[in-house]
Amino acid sequence: MSAPEFLRSAATAAAATEAPPAPRADATATRPGTAAATSAARRGRRPSVASIYRWELLKLRAQKRTFLGLGAAVLVPVIFIVALAANGNGPDEVPFGRYVTETGLAVPPVLLLFSSIWLFPLIVALVAGDIVANEDSNGTLKTILTRSADRHQIFLAKLLASFSYAILALLLFAGTGLLLGALRYGLDPLTSLSGTPIEVGRGLLLLGAALLAYLMPVLAVASIALLLSTVTRNSAAAVVGTLMLSLILQIVGIISGLESIRPYLLSTQFDAWQGLLRDPIDWAPIARSAWVCALYAVPSLTAALLTFMRRDVTGG
Amino acid sequence: MGAIATAAPPIEARGLVKRYGELTAVDHVDLTVEAGTVYGYLGPNGAGKTTSLRMLLGLIRPDEGAARLFGRDPLLEGAAALDGVAGFVEAPRFYPYLSGRRNLELMAALDGGDAAERIDAALETVGLAHRDSDKVKGYSHGMKQRLGIGAALLRDPRLLLLDEPTTGLDPAGMRDMRELVRRLAADGITVLLSSHLMGEVEELCDRVAIVRSGRVIYEGELDALLHRASGQAQGWRLRTTDDQAAWDVCSYRPGLTSLASGRDGLTFAADEREVAQLSLALARRDIAIVALVPAAASLEQLFFELTEGEEAA
Repeated sequence: MSAPEFLRSAATAAAATEAPPAPRADATATRPGTAAATSAARRGRRPSVASIYRWELLKLRAQKRTFLGLGAAVLVPVIFIVALAANGNGPDEVPFGRYVTETGLAVPPVLLLFSSIWLFPLIVALVAGDIVANEDSNGTLKTILTRSADRHQIFLAKLLASFSYAILALLLFAGTGLLLGALRYGLDPLTSLSGTPIEVGRGLLLLGAALLAYLMPVLAVASIALLLSTVTRNSAAAVVGTLMLSLILQIVGIISGLESIRPYLLSTQFDAWQGLLRDPIDWAPIARSAWVCALYAVPSLTAALLTFMRRDVTGG
Repeated sequence: MGAIATAAPPIEARGLVKRYGELTAVDHVDLTVEAGTVYGYLGPNGAGKTTSLRMLLGLIRPDEGAARLFGRDPLLEGAAALDGVAGFVEAPRFYPYLSGRRNLELMAALDGGDAAERIDAALETVGLAHRDSDKVKGYSHGMKQRLGIGAALLRDPRLLLLDEPTTGLDPAGMRDMRELVRRLAADGITVLLSSHLMGEVEELCDRVAIVRSGRVIYEGELDALLHRASGQAQGWRLRTTDDQAAWDVCSYRPGLTSLASGRDGLTFAADEREVAQLSLALARRDIAIVALVPAAASLEQLFFELTEGEEAA
């Protein structure tokens, strides 16, 4: 399932809960002679991860911090374009910087370069770092864990909700950049990092692929934030901890003498997408990014899940 | 499997232990609650009541022992062990940024099945139907307590675990909450009610476990406890038409101890039988009783003796 499809189905599902769940329930209730059977079935009936996930999204929608992150994802491209329009020249020192005034297609890549150090780790940590710890500080963990959902179901739903939010933030970020860039500078062919022209259709496709590649380290950061959220039980500690870790990795990456480990740092993976905008495409950094990101994400998520499954719920 | 599950008692805990470092919060607690009872889990604050309830609900892992609800262990079976079980520990908590109804919708989604169909009835039962669209952050403590019961009712429970449901409520709120518990029990729901108020347990429960420092120090019928209390010497206050003459009568009675005279009449300790005899003796001497009252409610006093006396070795 591609990212946009995934999000759309989530949005549809979320919208569906706005209406009361009457039709299905009524159908069961009005069928004669099934009351006893329904009652027996009810006892053993588990909620689905899909419906818990839908409620996780609804909870996110009801919280201000969600919009803080999404707002930042929209605001940064707006500021960038406004500054560009006022200044007249693109930032020469970064890849694609020279081309931003020639085609809107060059705007998202430049934004991605700017946002990898602080912005995306922060946006992602805001929600993923809060999604479990928030239930701790509200005291609602005990509330949701004494219903019929198993702990792994709730964890999975929270994981999916954090990832969905990260995907949405990235789409908003790149989408706003592309839209404003296209409106201001038009949609013309993009010059690849190898200096060859890329026509608009292929450029859009490669841009989508670049976002997917960029998503890998973003989701790895979300996984780390989720782990910290589960372990620290404190939203601020999880958000700051995630940011600090991502900063430390950046610093390790620029210390001379540590170049050999640089390709395996999570921070480095935020640049892997650039391989897609070379001619021919350089898949090596993307393949490496896939397993390096998995190396960060999978142990984090495993530890988070095990912690969540076994932990004592004492608060609230 | 189904036959076993229905035959098993609603609550069966054996040797539950929970330690926090040096402190043993729950110390080898055995508890059996039979279907149809309203069971009081009574003890002063800090006696480990809430920790026990959390273990029953699978929220925390016991260091030793096991708990089964209708024969199913929440640690082994997860949420499936909570089928037919509902309740809350400490104050019920909800999402403050969602309305009361939205919170219940969320709970119903986590319950699965037909829980959502019971939302209106539950709101009605706990008297929140008119405030259902207000955000929970605007609810009073009593309203949140009631929403907690409402959320429990969505599960159509056969067993209800309630942790100090009247704590923090005003007298009218306490009365309403007790009335609600009584009504639910009358509907056949087994209730485990934790409380630090003897009076509350006396009013609502048939059976009681009294806990102190994590240990069960009394377990049995409330009637048996009442009987035990009435057999025990306890403090009384006596006012008569002639306290001077009453003093003489009292001082000759062998079953009566700690006699003292104060501004407010006489005080002494005696068991109930002796007190009955005393009233007759006073009448024979033409001394009329104006007031003859226990210095403390009998059960209340027994409870204090059980939970506050010197720790048994």
